[in-house]
Amino acid sequence: MRAWAALACGAMFGAGLTLAGMTNPERVLGFLDVLGAWDPTLALVMLSALVVSLPIFQWALRRSPKPVLDYRYHPPERTEIDRELLLGSVVFGVGWGMVGLCPGPAIAGLASGASGFAVFVLAMMSGIALHFMLDSLANGRGRRVL
Amino acid sequence: MAWLEHWEFAVVGGGLIGIASAALFVLNGRIAGVSGIFGDLFLESRSRQTCWRFAFIVGLVLGGFAVRWLVPAVAGVALRPGWPMLVVGGLLVGFGTRLGRGCTSGHGICGISRLSPRSVAATGIFMLSAIITVALIRHGGQLA
Repeated sequence: MRAWAALACGAMFGAGLTLAGMTNPERVLGFLDVLGAWDPTLALVMLSALVVSLPIFQWALRRSPKPVLDYRYHPPERTEIDRELLLGSVVFGVGWGMVGLCPGPAIAGLASGASGFAVFVLAMMSGIALHFMLDSLANGRGRRVL
Repeated sequence: MAWLEHWEFAVVGGGLIGIASAALFVLNGRIAGVSGIFGDLFLESRSRQTCWRFAFIVGLVLGGFAVRWLVPAVAGVALRPGWPMLVVGGLLVGFGTRLGRGCTSGHGICGISRLSPRSVAATGIFMLSAIITVALIRHGGQLA
């Protein structure tokens, strides 16, 4: 049941991204290009999303002791602002600024059939794997690295 | 201002993103952060917990297909960078989102909706970083 709910949520998410033009890197770069012909669309998209999601999240956190389909919530593990958060955000921002794609739109954009999305997603997977390997080495968790 | 022609799409699209994110949390108790969902999908592939991640990712693509088919006006995408930039950009996005444990969906939408200081900080920083990057790439010659 959880998988079906996730499928529906993913579909709605991908639909929203595509409808809002966020799978079009030029439109995203237009927002990030504050020195050029500025396109505020991304801000409008985020604002519209937050107007809906923030009240629901706040309601759930206060009034809903458990999710509908699971026995507990799965919140993020970390709560402190740490160096990895800051550094990771800088690195992510550079990559995002170079292409105008972040994970969600990159994957939803695969539907366009443009090969660049596949190239980006493969590179993204490599970056994810690279982080995992370095992180495992650094933290000596004893996981198989390769 | 060409963007004004499609502001309704932005609002409705954003609303859908908001509903989807909130729904995943209320129904599954999970954060709709694509970097987390996608990364954990192939890094933790032996776990039974993988199903919902796979379903979400498949859904992303299906949703993209559906809208492209139903609303041809938004089907046009311009992916200009050559493959070297796509590869480097992709590597940085993959690495950075895992290091920072989140992206525009995880931190920007869900994290801010949770009023998480971590996510507010992360969002502010990756936005600034991206803006500076674009400024350097597009206007670097003028700024120098």
